Amino acid sequence: MTTTSRDTAAAMRASAIHAGYPGVPVLHGVSIEVAAGEMLAIVGPNGAGKSTLLKVLGGSMKPDAGSVELFGRPLASIDRREFARTVASVGQENAVAFRFTVLEIVLMGRAPHLGALRFESPRDLEIACAALDRFDLRDLAARHVQELSGGERKRVFLARALAQEPKIALLDEPTAFLDLKHVAEIFARFRELCTERGMAVVATLHDLNAAALYADRVLLLADGAAVAYGTPVEVLTVENLRRVYETEVYVGRNPSTGALIILPAALPNARG
Amino acid sequence: MNAAASKPASHLTRTRLLSILAALAILLIVCAAAGALFGSAHISLARAFSDPTSPDHAIFFGARLPRVLMGVIVGAMLAAVGTALQALVRNPLAEGGILGISGGGALGAILALVMSAKLGGGEAAVPLCAFGAALLSTVAVYRLAMVDGQLEPFTLLLVGVIFNAFWGAAIMLVNSVVNFYYAHSILFWLMGSLEAPTYREAAMVAALGLAGFAVLMFRARDLNLLSLGDESAAELGVDVDRLRRTIFVSTSVMIGAAVSVSGIISFVGLIVPHTLRLVFGADHRLLLPASLIGGAAFMVAADLVARVAIAPAEIPVGAITALCGGPFFIYMLRREGRRPLSL
Repeated sequence: MTTTSRDTAAAMRASAIHAGYPGVPVLHGVSIEVAAGEMLAIVGPNGAGKSTLLKVLGGSMKPDAGSVELFGRPLASIDRREFARTVASVGQENAVAFRFTVLEIVLMGRAPHLGALRFESPRDLEIACAALDRFDLRDLAARHVQELSGGERKRVFLARALAQEPKIALLDEPTAFLDLKHVAEIFARFRELCTERGMAVVATLHDLNAAALYADRVLLLADGAAVAYGTPVEVLTVENLRRVYETEVYVGRNPSTGALIILPAALPNARG
Repeated sequence: MNAAASKPASHLTRTRLLSILAALAILLIVCAAAGALFGSAHISLARAFSDPTSPDHAIFFGARLPRVLMGVIVGAMLAAVGTALQALVRNPLAEGGILGISGGGALGAILALVMSAKLGGGEAAVPLCAFGAALLSTVAVYRLAMVDGQLEPFTLLLVGVIFNAFWGAAIMLVNSVVNFYYAHSILFWLMGSLEAPTYREAAMVAALGLAGFAVLMFRARDLNLLSLGDESAAELGVDVDRLRRTIFVSTSVMIGAAVSVSGIISFVGLIVPHTLRLVFGADHRLLLPASLIGGAAFMVAADLVARVAIAPAEIPVGAITALCGGPFFIYMLRREGRRPLSL
């Protein structure tokens, strides 16, 4: 496992996290560090603990051991509303109970910035509309979320997270079930945010090619422990992937861009 | 300032909130005026005001006005509570009557009435016991409908059905062991009625209702966030457990207060919020006060129908709301079954 220590203060640092559900330990001493402006991809097979790690980072699950720090401060010392102004999470399921409009959902991202009885100010509306624009949702602003397609709905929740104006975004499978165009667009948007605002992004991903293409650093998890941690080229090697996914893989380069390409390799007699 | 912001219904603004509430207030005034002017007997408003000894005066000030006032108070509370409970359980079919919370409150009120006659107790005993029993029912229904940390919509409704049957049976049991004098009051609680409150009672109930409502209003934005699920609400800075406890207590105070003067009046908390949500959207900062005013108007109108439909006889107002509410509930249930997230 590779770890490079950096001088820059980490936006978020988790050290030796042990976590899980009663009687079912999931994570066994995982450590990560993400700096401002950096995109970290968490990859690994089903059940490796990717979502659990994201829950610990997002504060919705308490680790059994280990610590999480936000800009050098322990998570426990941060008030939940202040935390919500700093960290935004988008989960895999995005069910909404009543017929809220797209703009209403995105404006909910402003809640941690507002007092209980305060209405959204023109500035809040501007921030929400800018978030709509970034995810190409302006025309859907007055639509009810229930009427949208899966891809549109996912973008609504990403825009809501953006309206929180977070310094760190935690995304659980942000591109699952989306088509190629939307996958590319969503990653492009978050790369922009990394550069423009110095936002740190932590995303769990099944798609190894997306991780190779967009992430600065990759954490490869298996059975709740880190197998490798570093740049995509360091982590996404044939040896690591074969060991973790227990199948043959091909890792090559895109001849026109030089980017990593990861494909399942057919076993010798797979086609008879 | 921009295209999305200028679309009228894409989000709630203060202007939109105030104009909708003003329109509903006018509707309420019309309903209240009709409720005070019409009834089984024809009265002259001029004589009611000019001659304090006239029967018109006695009917208007002694029967109609307190009745309208009670309708306003009880209807407002039941509808606002319905809205809050629906937000809490994320299900538009939730309502105090349907979930068996009103039934629990009624049993508490009846026990307090019977006991305080035997043991002696203040007049606060009835609403206090109604509140306690309503709170107990709310928490029990909520906990029992929780399956693996998820609130199952249909389990919730089934638990409500069972609680209703259970409280109804308990009330019948009390009814059969007390003397005839109480039997009439018990029937009154089961049917729901706006009869014969004193101004003093009305004031006390209104004060409790307003206190409960103020708490709900303060949590209106948090209730919006709760529509996204417990986890998302927490990630947006809501202390979900505390919010839930706050809603349990404040809705139970309101149901307890309403039940102690009017008995079980079902479906108001279902019909009014649903209709308003359909027309004005889901934002609870609008929906809560709109339910308060709309519920008052609906209840006064329902009570007017109850008084004049078969005059000089009278239908219990709870029967009117249930007659409207039953088919309405079935319609919503069918709709829900088709599109689980659409309301």
